[in-house]
Parts: sequence; structure tokens; C-alpha cells
Amino acid sequence: MFQPSDFDSAAIRARAAQFRSQVARRLDGSLTEDEFKPLRLMNGLYLQLHAYMLRVAIPYGTISARQMRQLAKIADAWDRGYGHFTTRQNIQFNWPKLVDVPDMIDALADVGMHAIQTSGNAIRNTTTDAFAGAAADEIADPRPYAELIRQWSTDHPEFQFLPRKFKIAINGARADRAAIRAHDVGLQLVERNGEIGFQVFVGGGLGRTPMIGKELRDFLPAADLVPYLESVVAAWNLAGRRDNKYKARIKITVHELGIEAFSDLVEAEFSARRAAFKGADQAILAGLKAQFAPPSLPARESVSFETALNVDALLRDWAARSVSAHRNPDYAVVTVSLKDHGAPPGDATSDQMRLLAELAERYGQSELRISHEQNVILPHVAKADLPALFETLRKGGLATANIGLTSDIIACPGMDYCALATARSIPLAQQIATHFRDLGLEQEIGTLKIKISGCINACGHHHLGHIGILGLDRAGVENYQITLGGDAAETMALGERAGPGFAYTEVIPALERLLRAYLDLRQSQAESFLEALRRLGPEPFKDALYQEAQRHAAQ
Amino acid sequence: MSKKFIPGVISANDLREGHVVYMNDAGQWVLRLRDAAFLDDPVIAEMWLNIANAQTEKVVGAYLAPATLGPNGPEPAHFREAFRATGPSIELPHSNLARS
Repeated sequence: MFQPSDFDSAAIRARAAQFRSQVARRLDGSLTEDEFKPLRLMNGLYLQLHAYMLRVAIPYGTISARQMRQLAKIADAWDRGYGHFTTRQNIQFNWPKLVDVPDMIDALADVGMHAIQTSGNAIRNTTTDAFAGAAADEIADPRPYAELIRQWSTDHPEFQFLPRKFKIAINGARADRAAIRAHDVGLQLVERNGEIGFQVFVGGGLGRTPMIGKELRDFLPAADLVPYLESVVAAWNLAGRRDNKYKARIKITVHELGIEAFSDLVEAEFSARRAAFKGADQAILAGLKAQFAPPSLPARESVSFETALNVDALLRDWAARSVSAHRNPDYAVVTVSLKDHGAPPGDATSDQMRLLAELAERYGQSELRISHEQNVILPHVAKADLPALFETLRKGGLATANIGLTSDIIACPGMDYCALATARSIPLAQQIATHFRDLGLEQEIGTLKIKISGCINACGHHHLGHIGILGLDRAGVENYQITLGGDAAETMALGERAGPGFAYTEVIPALERLLRAYLDLRQSQAESFLEALRRLGPEPFKDALYQEAQRHAAQ
Repeated sequence: MSKKFIPGVISANDLREGHVVYMNDAGQWVLRLRDAAFLDDPVIAEMWLNIANAQTEKVVGAYLAPATLGPNGPEPAHFREAFRATGPSIELPHSNLARS
């Protein structure tokens, strides 16, 4: 598994010491808040509604058992015993005190972790497929490239004053599990005539102006990745708008210039920059590939697992949702749900973090992943170990068999935590999960992606939900807009607004009408909500959503 | 040019710990909204806000939070302020080892 270099460890320690000194100077009055704010944001420290919030980077969602244990320790020592895994594969602590944050950063540095570039106008954590390096449908492991991007982008001297934040995602499998075209730059690993390269997308993003990324290169040789990315960021750094923060993201630059004109800017940069790269990046990449080499997995029988499936219905239900194909047929990729019905999506207690660390050590090569869907992945589990793993997860309250179902909801923290939120997200997610479980409809409804954002910034990816929910403040009252038909996969689509918003207490009844209509309209159980919506168009679904509301209006 | 004045209280976050605080009649920072000074005069409200903003060694982000005057003191005039006053509307996850 990848280990940070001495250079990285020293850089993280130096930054921790620097931030400790900055906090001390803020507390003794030497720095005003205006002076301190950009410094704390550079180190992932926000001030939210009720408290500070520390966002810790989990580069490309990969984390070791030892690091997970340290997160649990930090949650217990300096927070309230839990953390929140985010849609960008990071973790947030919701209750740190400013006076404690330097100790937290030191504790992170003890295990090679940090909060650098998790905030502010920087190149943020590169996200990837949480199944990377394990999935059966993988063309190449994206993580060596993601780590190369991390090293290149960290404190890059040219990019210290970007117009806005910049997010990159890489996917290495045929199925897109990283929502790459919803990112400023999306990279899809492809193979052409035996050569590995990237299909490059640019200008995707959600927020108040959602856009799907456009193809910038159909095949970029892998060796050109860093100079090409540098050219993209440089072109945007010069052409991007700084007059209006809502128009500063690269999606607006690409939209306003057009993809051809933007491509011309990139290629002009690239011809000069490519020549300056003399191979140091490729030498580093070769070293990274060795560090990310697949673990050696001994041959294991899988007959006992098949036998257990036949006799244990609970195991069978869980495996049907949580177990995915590994490239080694004796092994499986396990998704552990952090969406127990009624729990805040993506939250894990320190006890759960310790249990996950222990299980990773016992059954999973000491490796864990955080998915952008806010679940935890054990990427290399022998099928023979799955029954024992399931039993232990069940005792720890982590065996909810709902991956990909109605209750596997992405939700941002919303107004229960976030200073930017215009409405709550978490309680709606909790109520949706318990409501459809209690109706006994969750299995019947099958695959469904509900995504909830508590403001227009769309941290909950509502535009990409099969059903998206956006919470707004309408004249001092929480109001929720519903979008239909979004899709985060390789068939990416932005959901369309169904109509007027719903009051907080009207959302669940509206969703029930919508999903009962789907059950009536589908051709068979095999046709998912999204497939039925695509076949029939939105009208019959809108009719179901607004039927009750119209009846009220007519009275 | 200037926005319509809305009566309220001076609120901010505590610098060292981050929690929500309100300014009372004596110019001290207190934890409960009902103990805050209710300000319904725009000139006085601006004066208090200037005083609050000068206390950068104690608080962060002071502003006039919309409130109404109830029988037991100020009450939130917007749901955001209601959540700030009472904390998250959800039950927080908890583990056995966490400090309270």
C-alpha cells in the first residue's frame, strides 16, 4: 500500500507547525479574523452554524486501517465521537474547538494525513472509483495517477491564486463510479491499441449552474497527463472570470468561450509546457505504480460462501446489495452501508470506525475506501470470509442491506450543520429511509438513487439523483424542489425540475405518490425507476407528484 | 440602497470554541437567545454591531440576527436562527468512548 515519502511527511509536519503558530497568533490577538480566515481555510477549517468544522483529506478515498483508527481517536479526543464522510471522499469533524485544532492536525500528521487543500480556491482532493485496484471491470488502477496529481497540485506555485476551486475525478473502470463528468476535469482511463491513456472531459459541475463535462481530448497518452492538466488549469487561470464568483468556475469559461476555443487555449499552453517535462513525473509515476500494485491475494475456496448463501437468507440479502465482483474470482469487493435506516447518511461513530479498521485488518489487507456515495468499502475480501465478516458487521450495526436502494441516500449536512444551507437535508433523508422501509416497499422499488442538497451549491449532488431534492428558503419557510431523471453513471444526465416545490411535511407523501406510480407504470420488476422514467418521459410521474397538491388547490 | 431594518439580536460565534453566542444588555456574550438584548432601533442596533465587531479577540462573524420579542425574551424570527439557537434538529450519533 502507498506510504507517504519522507518529503511528504516533513511537508505535512511543517504545515502543522505553521498552522499551530497561526492559531496561537489568532488567539493572542496578533491576527484579526480577516487575516486568519484565509489561513484556516487553507487548512480545511471552516466556521459553520454551531461550531468550527475540520475537513480532512482522504486522498482518492483510500485509507488504511491505522489511519481509520486515528480518525476514531481524534473523534473521541477532540470531537463528539463521530465523523461525517462526504461526497468528495473526505471526512469532516463537526465540533472541534479552535484551541484543539492544532492537536488534531498533529494527530493526523502522525498517520500521514492532513487537511491541506480541502478548502479554498485550490485544486482539491482528486476523487476516484472507490473500487479502484479491485474491480473486475477495471482498465487500469486510477490511484497512481490520482497520487501523481496530488503531488503535482499540492502547493503548486502557479496555482496559488486560482479564480475558484478546482475538482478532478478519475475513473479507471468501464462503469463510471466517480461521476467524472460532474467535475471541473474528468478523466476516464481508456486503452487504445494496447496503450493506456485518458479521455479528458472539462467544464462539468453542479451547483447553481449544473453542466455535464464536455470532451476535450478523446485520447490523451498517459505520459502527457501532468503537462496537459497543467495546461488546462493554466488556460483557465488566465481566462477564467474573477469579476463574479458565480461565474469563476471552469464550466463557465468553457461555456462562454466554447469548447473549441478553450481547447485552442489549452493546446497553445500544452505545446510549450510539454517540452519542459523531462521525465521526472514519469519516474515518480513508475514508483507510484509499484506502491499501488495489487496486494498478493492467496487462492481461497469460495464454495463455503456459496453454501452459506443457500442457507442464510440474511446473508443472501446483504450479499445481493453489498458484494461486488473482484478481479480475483476468489475475492469480493464489499460495500459497508453508512446509511442505516434513520441514521444521518455518511456518519460513522468512533466505535464503527474502529470496527471497520479491525475488519480491514482481519479480512481486507488493512485497506479501506470511502465512496463518493458516502459508504465504506473493503476492497479485497476473500469470499470464504464473507459470512464471518457479515456476522461481525451485523453485531456492529453496519450490515444494513440497502446499497443502491431507496435508503442509500446521498445527503449534504444541510442546515443542521452548514452555514451556507438554506434548508435541512439529514432529517428528510432519515424520514425517507424509515418511511419506505416501514411500508415494506424498499426491496420492491429496487435500484433508486435519491440525492438531497440543502442549498443550491449541490454538495448532495441532487442534479444527479434519479430523484433529486433541493432544499430552499422560500420566504422564511423550508421548501423542497424535486428533480427527476438525474444520473451519476457513465450515462450521466441532469435531473429536470418536476414543478413547484413542496413544504417540508409534504415531501414524503409526494415521494410515496411518485414511487407508487412507478410501481404501477413499470413493465416488470426488472425495469428500474430511471429506466421507466426514460421510457415514459416525466409526465406520468409529475402527475403523480402533483395529484394531491392539485386537488388541494382545486378545493 | 440600505436594506430594510429587521429587529433582532447581536449574534456571533465564540472565537476559541466556535459555539453560538448572543450579546446581552450589558454588552456581554451569553449562550441563550432569550438572554440577548433585543434591538428594534436601527441606530442603536448599528452601534451595538460596531461594538461587537470590534471584539475580534472574543467572537467571529457578528451580525444582527432577526428576532421577535416574546414573553421570555427574544425568539428567533427565522428557522435558521431557530437552529442556531437550539443546535441540530437531529439526534447526533454517539459512541461509547466519546467525551460528552
